[in-house]
Amino acid sequence: MSMLLVQALNGLQFGVLLFLVAAGLSLVFGVMDLINLAHGVQYMLGAYVAATLGVWTGSFWLGALLALPVALLVGLALEWLVFRHLYRRDHLSQVLATFGVILTVDEATRALWGSAPQTVLEPSGLTGGPMGGVEIVAGLIYPTYRLVIIGVGILVPLLLWFLVERTRAGMLVRAGATHPAMVSALGVDIRRLFTIVFAFGAMLAGFAGALASPIFPVAPGMGDTVLILCFVVIVIGGVGSIRGAFIAALLVGLLDSVGRAMLPDLLRLVLDPSSARQTGAALASMLVYIVMAAILFFRPAGLFPGGRSA
Amino acid sequence: MTAPFRKTLRKHALALATLLALAAAPFLGFGDGFALSLLARAMILGMAAVSLSLLVGGAGLVSLGHAATMGIGAYAVVAFDAAGVSEGLIVFPAAIAAAAAYALVTGAVSLRTSGVHFIMITLAFGQMAFFTTSSFSSLGGDDGYTLYARTEWLGSRILDNRLSFHFLCLGLLALVWVGGTLLLGSRFGRVLRAARENPQRALAVGFQPYPYRLVAYAMAGAVGGLSGALLANATEFVSPALLSWTRSGELLFMVILGGVGQLGGAILGALAIVLLEETLSHLLVYWRLVFGPLLVLSVLFLPDGLVGAPLRLRAAFRFASPKRRNADA
Repeated sequence: MSMLLVQALNGLQFGVLLFLVAAGLSLVFGVMDLINLAHGVQYMLGAYVAATLGVWTGSFWLGALLALPVALLVGLALEWLVFRHLYRRDHLSQVLATFGVILTVDEATRALWGSAPQTVLEPSGLTGGPMGGVEIVAGLIYPTYRLVIIGVGILVPLLLWFLVERTRAGMLVRAGATHPAMVSALGVDIRRLFTIVFAFGAMLAGFAGALASPIFPVAPGMGDTVLILCFVVIVIGGVGSIRGAFIAALLVGLLDSVGRAMLPDLLRLVLDPSSARQTGAALASMLVYIVMAAILFFRPAGLFPGGRSA
Repeated sequence: MTAPFRKTLRKHALALATLLALAAAPFLGFGDGFALSLLARAMILGMAAVSLSLLVGGAGLVSLGHAATMGIGAYAVVAFDAAGVSEGLIVFPAAIAAAAAYALVTGAVSLRTSGVHFIMITLAFGQMAFFTTSSFSSLGGDDGYTLYARTEWLGSRILDNRLSFHFLCLGLLALVWVGGTLLLGSRFGRVLRAARENPQRALAVGFQPYPYRLVAYAMAGAVGGLSGALLANATEFVSPALLSWTRSGELLFMVILGGVGQLGGAILGALAIVLLEETLSHLLVYWRLVFGPLLVLSVLFLPDGLVGAPLRLRAAFRFASPKRRNADA
């Protein structure tokens, strides 16, 4: 039972990280109708910058904090260089061009940092020492840092919800998502709005990468696996819906972690151990996609259809 | 020569020239083993890209799971090999039928969605196929399966000869291209295109797009299976990596780079990507630093892809010299 609890917490923590990346992807897709495959690049850069600056400054937290403005600046630069010219193009062109950006940035990372995973400082100053744990239920110790991620992952969506639903800027973003021409006609600089949304999404993804750096290996191409799961998240949740993305991200995170831990054991009841391990592992990797196909089959617009129908 | 024939010829000039160049390549200094195996790979991927282009450009169905059909074709070859069967008359039809059946079943579900959701659901099925092949422990699982003997035809090992393999691939590529182009021009193809442009209007004049799309999807799957079976023979190695979503993405990039307006674009795109990757990776260590920006620039400056490039160049020329524009008018 305690094993299930640990896996559920791991799933929750992976889910909130997915949400931080997917939120920007969903906003950019919903507001600008841009399919940005290169969004995972921001996640990777966030992790790399946090790792490197963490080692330089001697503090993981300082490094993670400094990763935010860097991710923001890189996002702005890429928007100015490439994405700005793609808003009016069809989805296929956007897919090819943003794939070109992935190749370039992944390769640049390899040239600058090498192919080996980076060393990351341990987050210090948490209860129970670096990477220490707290006892969540009797006899079960869970790493404090992972709990911090879950906490942050619950605070940020709340903040995002407040920004989008309760502020003037958020109102413009929502209006821009459904009626861009009208918003522009009312005197709002839609280009600048797009740039701000884009940079904000890039910063969130960079933040997720910085948070993930002590847990997952920091290596070239780390953003690509996260990216494809994020697309799963926004399609399950409903394109352009922040609430849908949050629920779908938690669902995907939980399914993935719990499935990986439980399916081989469950299959052992009907199969012999070695084939149960192999089939279970394959089935666990498939689980997310099976659920996505089923959801799209029964609810083609996702769980929470919102924003622009794509 | 009649005028419509000349018009067709001119429209497909670039693709025809490419096929002719491929036919001449072995005799123009590209006859060594390395060059021929590289060209064979490009032609085989080109075949799969043409079938994907039929879906993307013809029917407006952007599939991100097309590599699965290739993988199924390739795995059919090695599954027969593991069972001791290597007769092409059994292996190839089986590979094609298996891929077509996969496309028929997954298409029946996927085609209920559209747009981005279609992209994602085809990705989902592709991923399921990917993880399924990685659990085939008797065929090497994640590590893959080495094919020690190429497929035979009536007991003769003609596929072992590099030159005959080259021309087999070229012939099949040309067949797939001509067949696909004729199909798109037929009544069937016109319904597909009508449903792409405006599904509602197609419905209003009495065409239900779903069965037409499903047949097209299965046909593209069959061609994918054929190219997969050929690829297994060309590389003599099959692993789940063949079915990964990045492979499907690569096929899609070939189609887009070549230009979705014509099936011939996919041939150009496949050749361009395979040859460019090979050349650049030989010249530079960090070759993707050049390849990536080239992709971005091609999107920004060649909106109709490589097939549209000559027309675009000519238009730019005309714009530069107003005298000629007046003469045309």
